[in-house]
Amino acid sequence: MILPRLARWMDTRLRLSKPAREVLNHVFPDHWSFMLGEIALYSFIVLVVTGAFLVMFFNNSAASVVYHGSYRAMDGVRMSAAYRSALKLSFDVPAGLLVRQMHHWASLIFLAAIVAHLSRIFFTGAYRRPREINWIIGLTLLLFALFNGYLGYSMADDLLSGMGVRIAYSITMSIPLLGPWMAYVFFGGTVPTSATVPRFYGMHIFFVPAIIATLIALHLLVIWRQYHTNYPGPGRTNRTIVGSHLWPTYTAKSIALFCFVIGLIAALGGLVQIDPIWVYGPNNAVAALSGAQPDWYLGWIEGAMRLFPGANLRIGGWLIPELFFSAVLFPALIFLGLYLYPFFERWAIYDDQDHNVLKLPYQTPVKTAFGCALFVLLLVVFFAGSDDVISIAGNYSVTNIRTILQVLFFIAPAATAVLVYAGCRFWREKREGLRVE
Amino acid sequence: MRRHVEPPAPPFVRIYPGSSEPPNDHPSRGGTAVVISLLTLSILAGVGFVAVYWNGANTQLLGGCLALVFLGLGCALVVWARKLMLHQEAVAPREPLPSEAEDRQAVFKDFYPGAPRIQRRKVVTWMSTAVVGVLAAAVISSLRSFYGRSPLAVQLTTPIWKRGQQLVSDTGEKVTVNSLELRSATIVFPDDKIGDVRAQAVLLRVPPDALRLPWNRRDWAPQGYVAYSRVCTHAGCPVGEFESNIGLLLCPCHQSTFDVLNGAQPTSGPAARPLPQLPLYADPEGNLRAAGDFTAPPGPGYWSIPS
Repeated sequence: MILPRLARWMDTRLRLSKPAREVLNHVFPDHWSFMLGEIALYSFIVLVVTGAFLVMFFNNSAASVVYHGSYRAMDGVRMSAAYRSALKLSFDVPAGLLVRQMHHWASLIFLAAIVAHLSRIFFTGAYRRPREINWIIGLTLLLFALFNGYLGYSMADDLLSGMGVRIAYSITMSIPLLGPWMAYVFFGGTVPTSATVPRFYGMHIFFVPAIIATLIALHLLVIWRQYHTNYPGPGRTNRTIVGSHLWPTYTAKSIALFCFVIGLIAALGGLVQIDPIWVYGPNNAVAALSGAQPDWYLGWIEGAMRLFPGANLRIGGWLIPELFFSAVLFPALIFLGLYLYPFFERWAIYDDQDHNVLKLPYQTPVKTAFGCALFVLLLVVFFAGSDDVISIAGNYSVTNIRTILQVLFFIAPAATAVLVYAGCRFWREKREGLRVE
Repeated sequence: MRRHVEPPAPPFVRIYPGSSEPPNDHPSRGGTAVVISLLTLSILAGVGFVAVYWNGANTQLLGGCLALVFLGLGCALVVWARKLMLHQEAVAPREPLPSEAEDRQAVFKDFYPGAPRIQRRKVVTWMSTAVVGVLAAAVISSLRSFYGRSPLAVQLTTPIWKRGQQLVSDTGEKVTVNSLELRSATIVFPDDKIGDVRAQAVLLRVPPDALRLPWNRRDWAPQGYVAYSRVCTHAGCPVGEFESNIGLLLCPCHQSTFDVLNGAQPTSGPAARPLPQLPLYADPEGNLRAAGDFTAPPGPGYWSIPS
């Protein structure tokens, strides 16, 4: 057999037996909810591989060219070289469209898996000491993933991405004092400029992925060092870790999960159309699509922008635009709250212990109620991001939908918090026969 | 002679007594058959992928084949893991997290061997901090390279329309007082900036007596022709939709509406500021011309925007 010989060859050069044994015997708990982060990791790998293919065909230039390709409907149309290369990739490169669609689907799944993983961590208390470091790394990963997703779909330079660039420019402009400088540094002048696509390209394919990969590596190192948490159960204590060894069952299952993630993304990329840039047409600074939506993970910011009432706030001659509140302050406060939550909780309940055993959501009624309220709040603004689509689909007036959602923005989270709190207490009494003080 | 070190027995592995699943020592025959058929499926799908690729590379078939390759392999691995591998629950102790006190002290001792020898430590510390600060200032000021030739304030407040400039359509045709039907709208540019984002304006023709413009703008709408910046003051989208029956301009991005009869004041939605108006006049030949620049810088608001 070649394997033992290779192993012996490596071991005589690297003295690997002991560390290898520690790796193979590392204990991982078996629970489906611990797979969510793995799904994110695997979709990131799919993103890197499909991205490496795409980068060979994408032209990052805003130069104006005329299209003559196999998509006859756009023959002779003036467009940017970037958009033309994306069209060529979709129509003339064998498997190009498949890889492009897989890349886009993988980004949606990447973000969805991160958010699901974050929710699992939050609702089971896995962020508590000693895991605050990974909570912070994870949130930062989410931020960069959101950012890179946005950069990615804004690079193709179609009409929809052009709208997104203009809106992001307006958001950056709205930041008090620094906004115009930041917008100019970031976009290279008043949008549209020929600098935007090359900059987005540089950030999207190198700078941000390098940060994401580094953060993922750190995230995994910390998990390896600290072990996972355990759900409560027989034999699960603060001083032990219960689960399977990494080798072989866990590895087999994890590789199987990897295969399922790739399979799902391949099926979606092949069978379900996403971001049909040839339908939108080339970017045109004086045109806009109606019914335009961002990718799902930015829906909450889009919705906040639509929901926040027009407020013309001037302080001593200086303007604070309405976009600052809806698209800068609101997301910043949500993220700040999430970053600080573990430290706030430690302070609020005088808890400075290590916690290696999780709590089920019903065991922490206040936190669960708060988390569900936040989720519902984000859901309301998410739907507000589609108010025009809802309006057309159901033939309602946009103004009415907006008013209803503005009311729900306050009422729905409060109602959710009350209901979830009562539900948790009821469940806890039923399960544990304890009265909650 | 090759050194062979027998690794010690695993220190922390044991089968947990309360484990629900008994150790499975007998790989099942059925399991193997399932694994083999799943792997066969995977191989066939892979062959299919290559065949499709060399025969037109149909996107749907390629994606389907690739999905089957990996779904087959994944299912095979799951069956293999569940039916054919030994199941055992392992328990390992967690080391207490902080290092031992003496280890910690040893690290500090190794880290600061030279510290007591530094003379005038405060000065050295301050000067090192100053180096970092100066370097940061140098890096931040070089960000200036990232935006265009002219300074920011100049770019944002450059005059756009000049008095007397002819309004033209997006194809460059002169716009006259006969260009529009009543209650219709079109896009116009100055004759030297066709297609320019900041210069774009929406020209509307409305019944002159329906207009409710402020008194100082009463001459800006010859024969009911009124023009506003076409860039939304909320997030910069083109305000392209004119609802002629209610006299509102609608932004397709975030559904702000502006009342064209009343100086394009926002009536609903997230926009807070009116669309800047472009003063117009008709020359003796009936050509529509700008009587000056927009009433405010077009587009979304920013900190130092003039009110």
